[in-house]
Amino acid sequence: MDLRFSEEDRAFQEMARQFIEENLPTDIREKVKGGLRLSKDDYVRWHKILAKKGWLVPEWPEEHGGTSWTPFQRYIFLEEQARAFAPRLVAFGIKMVGPVIYTFGDQRQKDYYLPRIISAEDFWCQGYSEPGSGSDLASLQTRAVLKGDHYVVNGAKTWTTMAQYADRMFCLCRTDPSAKNQEGISFLLIDMKQPGIEVKPIRTLDGSQEINTVYLTDVKVPVEDRVGEENKGWTYAKFLLSHERSGIARIGASKANLEKLRQIAERERCGDGYLIEDEDFKREITQVEIDLHTLEYTELRAMTAAAKGEAPGPEANVLKIRGTELQQKISELLMRAMGYYAMPYLPEAMEHGYNEDPIGPAEAAPLAGIYFNMRKTSIYGGTNEIQKNIIAKMVLGL
Amino acid sequence: MDFSLNEEQQLLKDSVDRFVRDNYELAKRRTIVASEDGFSRDHWATMAELGWLGAALPEDYGGIGGGPIETMIIMEGFGRGLVVEPYLASVVLGGGLLLAGADDATKDELLPRLVEGKLHLAFAFAEPQARFDLFDVETSAAKNGSGYVLNGKKGVVIHGGSADKIVVSARTAGTARETDGITLFLVDGDAPGVSRRSYRTIDGLRAAEVTLENVTVPAGAVIGEVDDGLALIDDVVRRGIAAVAAEAVGVMDTMQTLTNDYLKTREQFGRPLAKFQALQHRMVDILIACEESRSAMLVATLRLDEPNAVLRDKAVAAAKVKLGQHGRFIGENCIQLHGGMGMTDEMHITHYFKRLAMIDLMFGDHAHHMKRYMAL
Repeated sequence: MDLRFSEEDRAFQEMARQFIEENLPTDIREKVKGGLRLSKDDYVRWHKILAKKGWLVPEWPEEHGGTSWTPFQRYIFLEEQARAFAPRLVAFGIKMVGPVIYTFGDQRQKDYYLPRIISAEDFWCQGYSEPGSGSDLASLQTRAVLKGDHYVVNGAKTWTTMAQYADRMFCLCRTDPSAKNQEGISFLLIDMKQPGIEVKPIRTLDGSQEINTVYLTDVKVPVEDRVGEENKGWTYAKFLLSHERSGIARIGASKANLEKLRQIAERERCGDGYLIEDEDFKREITQVEIDLHTLEYTELRAMTAAAKGEAPGPEANVLKIRGTELQQKISELLMRAMGYYAMPYLPEAMEHGYNEDPIGPAEAAPLAGIYFNMRKTSIYGGTNEIQKNIIAKMVLGL
Repeated sequence: MDFSLNEEQQLLKDSVDRFVRDNYELAKRRTIVASEDGFSRDHWATMAELGWLGAALPEDYGGIGGGPIETMIIMEGFGRGLVVEPYLASVVLGGGLLLAGADDATKDELLPRLVEGKLHLAFAFAEPQARFDLFDVETSAAKNGSGYVLNGKKGVVIHGGSADKIVVSARTAGTARETDGITLFLVDGDAPGVSRRSYRTIDGLRAAEVTLENVTVPAGAVIGEVDDGLALIDDVVRRGIAAVAAEAVGVMDTMQTLTNDYLKTREQFGRPLAKFQALQHRMVDILIACEESRSAMLVATLRLDEPNAVLRDKAVAAAKVKLGQHGRFIGENCIQLHGGMGMTDEMHITHYFKRLAMIDLMFGDHAHHMKRYMAL
């Protein structure tokens, strides 16, 4: 047993840290740190910087642009990015559909789509949830009917993050309506820039517009854009969910936000001193720090076990549950640290380069919005209750 | 970074687990708990034979030259079986103090006897007024010729009644609650002026109130430096915390297994309890708490010899906080999931619960260590 990073991993960490330091654009870093809105261009810029360096998709096979990094090094790289307030890369292409394509796709799909993911030529979105199918994803109703050399797709997908920017959507569609729930579903790659696709934004409780409902009316999808076998889409969707859960606890980001919280609490007045000196507030911060420390090593235990080739256990589900709880708790403390000044709602102050005088402390404007927005973390990717169902069944055998 | 055991450590773990399986079935434990000493001298001899009493001691004294990881393996295994032999008191605390603070002659004389199982030690650090503060010492040690004379009262000395020798913290200078001026003394358990009131603790161990009335000790009884005993106390208490944390993890894992099995077998409303989602989710919360407890315990154990004192102390305090909080959660909910059966002395689960709850109090509860962490 040894808590220390190996010589090699320390050198790797140093190299990663230095690269991020030198290459992360300052305006993007400031936006992430301040909790301000990121544009598509911000994500794409960082994506391209990493692509140019060859570090965009470290877990992909090397023939498709991946690296020979160990899982532990990939984890280090993710954490270093989060700690430096780099934007979290949009996962739909690089972490979701990419791995499905290189694992289950045919040669044409690999040759065509994978380079376009890396070059950011294609911006992807995910067509999983439907208005009637949330946690019960397998009940999805969007129909794809084969007509000659193409499918005709009708239905609606929802909670589709960044669909407004997307060139393509990977989409679960029912191809055999007579089959039982999980069977009869196929995995289609859909061109978003075609007639019959309508993207309707959903305004979220914090006032932001990151999710959408996508209506599909007689949308044509060439048969060669089906990944794998017809009616086996659920297998690929499940693979995708279990693939590369590294960094799922978002320790680096939470650590960075905890540090930000501490800085704010050092500036905010409270009683005769500062908020950081308030016994009760300090206890809450300390509890989060201890919880985060504990979760970090729970994740590192999982990472080192995976590096030794041990099969992944319940860790990913556990890390998702606890990681999201902590992200939410920190966002709550950040909001409360502001006192009254969490209340003013200034959408324009959430954009970078806002020049008016702030109302209250300069960092206050986005904090309440972030608190509300963070509720999504325990809902997306399978609600935390679904995660518990999975652990109960798969690990505890209940 | 690596969290796996090496080959020797794995063998040690297998041997501890085998011992617990073969010797610590609940009925057998009851007999041991009810015996005069409250532990089995036969088991103690077996542990000596297997090398466990010297697992974390250098080979010079007959030990096997291990360290915190070996102690962790043994204590976690003991937690699984609720082993009551005085390993913490005698080996981790007593042995740890001698190793870190005693002069060479004392170490040469006593440590081999400890390893052979022929010497029982205890550590009297707490006092009735002190609550969890290790520096709150009113017991006095006045200069008496070349030696000292001790007066005072030490509270809840784990296995203090059966110990041949007790390490006692006493004040050689300063006033109560001063961090300087504390000295450690090795006192014979049956020395004139020592009186011990032994009793059972609610979790099946033994402890004693130890009163010292004009107890004279020679200068050679001092362990460590005169007036500077607190650093030594802190060091060995950190090791004690890591040890009970490992024990707690063993207790928690066993409670999780017992409760999960119970949910699968107990039927109500025509189906096993395992099919009720409210209970499933509670069980998952228990699993998560067990995993996190193990993480916190491992970091504390592996940081015991960390040169950066803040990093080390934070790891230890964090472990005590998490273990205490999760211990309460796991304990109370495992009882709840057992329903009425969880109230009976007959069920294993209740004995584990009691030990887990008492471990939180040992060396300061989670609230105490939260305060310590905040001060770091």
